[in-house]
Amino acid sequence: MRRYALWAATWGLIALVLLMPPAVVVAEALKNGLAPALASFSDPDGQAAIWLTLEVTVVSVLLNTVFGVLAAWVLTKYRFSGRSALLVLVELPLSISPVVSGLVWLLLFGAQGWWGPALERAGVHIAFAVPGIMLATVFVTLPYVVRTLVPLMEQQGRDAEEAAMLAGAGFWNILWRVTLPGARVALFSGILLTTARAMGEFGAVSVVSGHIPGLTETMPLHIESLYNGYQTVAAFTMAALLAGMAMMAVLLRSAPEYLARWKEKQA
Amino acid sequence: MSVQVENLVRHAPGSTRRLLDDVSLTVPTGAFVALVGPSGAGKTTLLRAIAGLDTFEHGTLLLDGQGMGSMRDRARKIGFVFQNYALFPHMTVARNIAFGLDVLPRSERPTRSASAARVQDLLELMQIPDAGPSYPARLSGGQRQRVALARALATGPKLLLLDEPFGALDPIVRRSIRTWLKALHERLGLTTILVTHDQDEAVEIADRIVVMQGGRIVQDATPEVLNQNPQTAFVMEFLGEASSFSGTVRDGLMVPDEAGVLPFPVAASVSPGPVTAMLRPYEIQVRPGVEGGPAVVFSADGARNGYRHYKAHLADRLIPFWVPDYAGNPVEGQASGLLDISRARLFREGQRCG
Repeated sequence: MRRYALWAATWGLIALVLLMPPAVVVAEALKNGLAPALASFSDPDGQAAIWLTLEVTVVSVLLNTVFGVLAAWVLTKYRFSGRSALLVLVELPLSISPVVSGLVWLLLFGAQGWWGPALERAGVHIAFAVPGIMLATVFVTLPYVVRTLVPLMEQQGRDAEEAAMLAGAGFWNILWRVTLPGARVALFSGILLTTARAMGEFGAVSVVSGHIPGLTETMPLHIESLYNGYQTVAAFTMAALLAGMAMMAVLLRSAPEYLARWKEKQA
Repeated sequence: MSVQVENLVRHAPGSTRRLLDDVSLTVPTGAFVALVGPSGAGKTTLLRAIAGLDTFEHGTLLLDGQGMGSMRDRARKIGFVFQNYALFPHMTVARNIAFGLDVLPRSERPTRSASAARVQDLLELMQIPDAGPSYPARLSGGQRQRVALARALATGPKLLLLDEPFGALDPIVRRSIRTWLKALHERLGLTTILVTHDQDEAVEIADRIVVMQGGRIVQDATPEVLNQNPQTAFVMEFLGEASSFSGTVRDGLMVPDEAGVLPFPVAASVSPGPVTAMLRPYEIQVRPGVEGGPAVVFSADGARNGYRHYKAHLADRLIPFWVPDYAGNPVEGQASGLLDISRARLFREGQRCG
């Protein structure tokens, strides 16, 4: 009896906290039927927001994957002074408010910032432009790949790599054939977390973007603009799409486990 | 392939403590050498230095009389088996074994079928012909051991380095894989260096034993010589059960401090003064006591491996001794007597003196 109560409580809580919000979003998007919801996608500003979000996501994921792998490699395979400080620093973007992370970029690259005027004269626009949005997103999503890789690589130790080295493999062969495949589940998981976070980032992007519809609005910013403009259906449709994309990313995370289990069954 | 190590010194990272303290060692082609010693003696450090996995501060290291060359050249000459095997968990056994072939430069890489044939040969040599498609996680410890060995041998190295290769195996598998490894060494004409902390294993498998302690080589000899002529008290104790008796040498006689242990003549080269006599339980003999004189009480302690075990009750300790197990052996039916330790080796301040 007690087991069922626990089971019901768990599922009740999950339904209330995790399942209800997306359900409400979808219901709100479809409250006038499917046609008006789909029609809202033909808005060019909306399309621009979707494209910009995809661009920003792809760039942040690529950069942070490369950086994350290298950083995790250095942090786990070598012992140097300042290593533990670096491990803490990597987590900084997780702990400080995204608004603050956005403000930093404005301070550096804004019209009144340190380097802003000089760059402006050279014709480089960072604040209130796409590069600023990318910088802010890359900064905010930086820890995920590193933080998922480091514990796993730490636990794997150097043995497999030394074995590969003694079998004659060079640096790239070791990285491609031994280190990354050995850590692939963690790497995949880190990449998908980065993706989900990059798509949904609001605070940091909001500060540096300047909210120029069609130019510097990502999906989350566009949703806010629509909502503030009382375009409820369009706002919730966009929100449903964003939520769906993020959920896909998170669901994909467990794909390798299912795949492995399936392979096991086949063998 | 011969290995020549001269005056190797390696410090612990970031300190002046010496992990290897002026170590010199020559391993001729075809030798089977065991590095033994307690934990922290520097055995694995030395092995890793020979493999090129660790650097060293001073000294030279020659393979076949030549310097080490690049890691890639070395990989072709050296096969290394790690203590925990270090197999690649995401690769099948066949891919694990073929790894050294797969990473060769394109011009030297064997064709797919040649590589597969090589893997199959090795699997058969390792007596696990069907293991190819499985993943390492599915294998037993003994099988993993063999896969690790096959991987180390895939590129045809002439020097095989083994770091505590039997540590994780159960005693029966351990014994069988030991004999098999020895045969493999002979068959492939390898030069093998094995690290172990188990002196029995070393004695059984190696034709030369290098005893290490505190980063130094204490003695380097065949198992027979090592047993007959241990250079230090540490080697004597490390190689097997040993009892020590303190005493004094005077007038060509070693006189033990304890009552019930007989004095015995020593070589003229031993200078007078305090010494420690050490010997193995099977080297202790008993003599009948004299009427009214001191006597040591014996108690039986079972029989093992063809020896009858006894304990001699000295004033404040028990000394184990073994005699061949047959009916009517000299100790049977003798409740007390005197200990004859004339087969002992003498040590002074830990060093052999007679």
